[in-house]
Amino acid sequence: MLRFLIARLGQAALVMLAVAAVSFLMFRFVGDPVAGMVREDASVQEKAELRQALGLDQPVLVQFGRFLGRTIRGDFGVSYRNQRPVAALIAERLPATLELVLMATLLSLALGIPLGVLCALKPDGVAARLVQAVSLIGISTPTFVTGIVLILTFAVTLGLLPSFGRGQTVQLGPWSTGFLTVSGLKALVLPSITLALYQLTLIMRLVRSELIDVLSSDYIRFARARGLSLRRIHFTLALRNALMPVITVTGLQIGSLIAFAIVTETVFQWPGMGLLFIQAVSFSDVPVMAAYLLFVGLLFVLINTVVDLLYAVVDPRLRVKAS
Amino acid sequence: MASLSRSLRRVPLSVWLAGLLALAIIAAAALSPLIAPFNPTDLTSFNLMDAELPPRFSAEGDPRFLLGTDNQGRDLLSAMLYGARVSILIGGGAVAIAAVVGVMLGLLAGYFGGWVDAVIMRIGDIILSFPTILLALLVAGVARMLFPAASSAEWAPIILVGAIAIHEWVQYARTVRAATMVESARDYVRAVKVIGLPSRQIMLRHILPNVMGPVLVIATINLAAAVLTEATLSFLGVGMPPTYPSLGTLIRIGNEFVFSGVWWIALFPALLLVLLVLGVNIVGDWLRDLFNPKLRGRG
Repeated sequence: MLRFLIARLGQAALVMLAVAAVSFLMFRFVGDPVAGMVREDASVQEKAELRQALGLDQPVLVQFGRFLGRTIRGDFGVSYRNQRPVAALIAERLPATLELVLMATLLSLALGIPLGVLCALKPDGVAARLVQAVSLIGISTPTFVTGIVLILTFAVTLGLLPSFGRGQTVQLGPWSTGFLTVSGLKALVLPSITLALYQLTLIMRLVRSELIDVLSSDYIRFARARGLSLRRIHFTLALRNALMPVITVTGLQIGSLIAFAIVTETVFQWPGMGLLFIQAVSFSDVPVMAAYLLFVGLLFVLINTVVDLLYAVVDPRLRVKAS
Repeated sequence: MASLSRSLRRVPLSVWLAGLLALAIIAAAALSPLIAPFNPTDLTSFNLMDAELPPRFSAEGDPRFLLGTDNQGRDLLSAMLYGARVSILIGGGAVAIAAVVGVMLGLLAGYFGGWVDAVIMRIGDIILSFPTILLALLVAGVARMLFPAASSAEWAPIILVGAIAIHEWVQYARTVRAATMVESARDYVRAVKVIGLPSRQIMLRHILPNVMGPVLVIATINLAAAVLTEATLSFLGVGMPPTYPSLGTLIRIGNEFVFSGVWWIALFPALLLVLLVLGVNIVGDWLRDLFNPKLRGRG
């Protein structure tokens, strides 16, 4: 187990180092960092001094070491576009994205589990076939199209819900929340539905296939033979076991949802990290891009590593295979 | 194989329809220079005075433009046909590159094993732990910063193909690696090894034809995914430029006019995109089930 733990943590560290190297290379070789920082009429002398002050005349490996040191301290430099520390920018945008992802996750679970159960219990029923057909259309429709259609219907035509921004937010210490005002909650409706649809199909299909598997297992047949009520068999015995993988996948998907929120945030001008990133891409704002990459990379590595380790704790067979 | 050909004869109607729909869109896109009423890349063929005209069937429609015009006065139908061609070419290109690279690396990993296998598959693991769209955005974004010509009509397709393929090859490599490992243990491979044929020849002539089936299934499903990724990148503004739009670029342009009630510029290209992807997805789903021996028995 210890060997597996070390190997897995080593792999995680290696991936993070690779992500950091990509970020660093972006800093070092994409555009001239000095040109972005000095006045337009700065002399060659001034530029050289700044270059020296920033340590850009040092060997690349030394620079990479310093970059790592700064990154670990949480210093991601200053945004070229906003002239503000990147760490502060990200901290400011983080709540918007996390609230959106949280709402989308809850929504997709609340709809996906009942629909999946419906499809598994009555696979040939009209409702189940309809749900299956709609889900196929769902995976063929890109998120931004869903978003545009929702905006056209509920914001432009019906005028019921806002189509951009977060509405009014309340500041709770460093966290700005839209959960506490009516306009904040209304603004959350369309973006979270859009983001949830991406997740919904996945959860529905998973619940369906897991439940079908569980329902054909011996202990369910035994429960039937004992004459327990179908309701009790389906919901107390079967569903509980079918939901285990669903919980895992939902956890694993949180990273993907944060990355996928880039698209939703662009459609709805939602002031989260995704919008920050896409604006950084179009303005070549390297520090923001690099910081976003590091942040999301760290998130993915953390989630994947924790899940792998938990699996190894639960299932000893994986430990043997790994070593 | 008998059951395979039997299920081939029993192709459901929905799959027929979906396949025909996808083929019709692909054919129309391929023939767009011949069948489109206007040439949307020819700046002299459209007039700003015609901008934002609604479709022909609405009250203020212009009989010249079946589906209306975009913000520059381009005929929307023509722009969509040309756009679909761009989308399909980029999606197809990405699938082709990913398949070739993935199959090669999968063969190498499966045939040689050892450290070759370990290096290739670990790189694949790392790539797969990030979502396609994030990696593609990063590649496209960095390429644009490194050289500004990357956003031009000539270079953007190449960047997009690379940005999409960098994530997709792993799937092919994993599948081919597993199949190659199985085949390598078979007698015919052992026999040609004994004869002393060079490894390259064994892999390409003897193993490759036997592992191609699943590759075609993955390629079909990936075509839909690649077209969607391209559309998303173009929608986000790191894809095809407005002068040479793909379907995603057209939707991006249309999105700016949605609030003023000009719905057709965004919705018609979106509809075409969804129909194309849906058609390919239905065929791909069916192919996947066909090649899945677990499901085949159930009929």
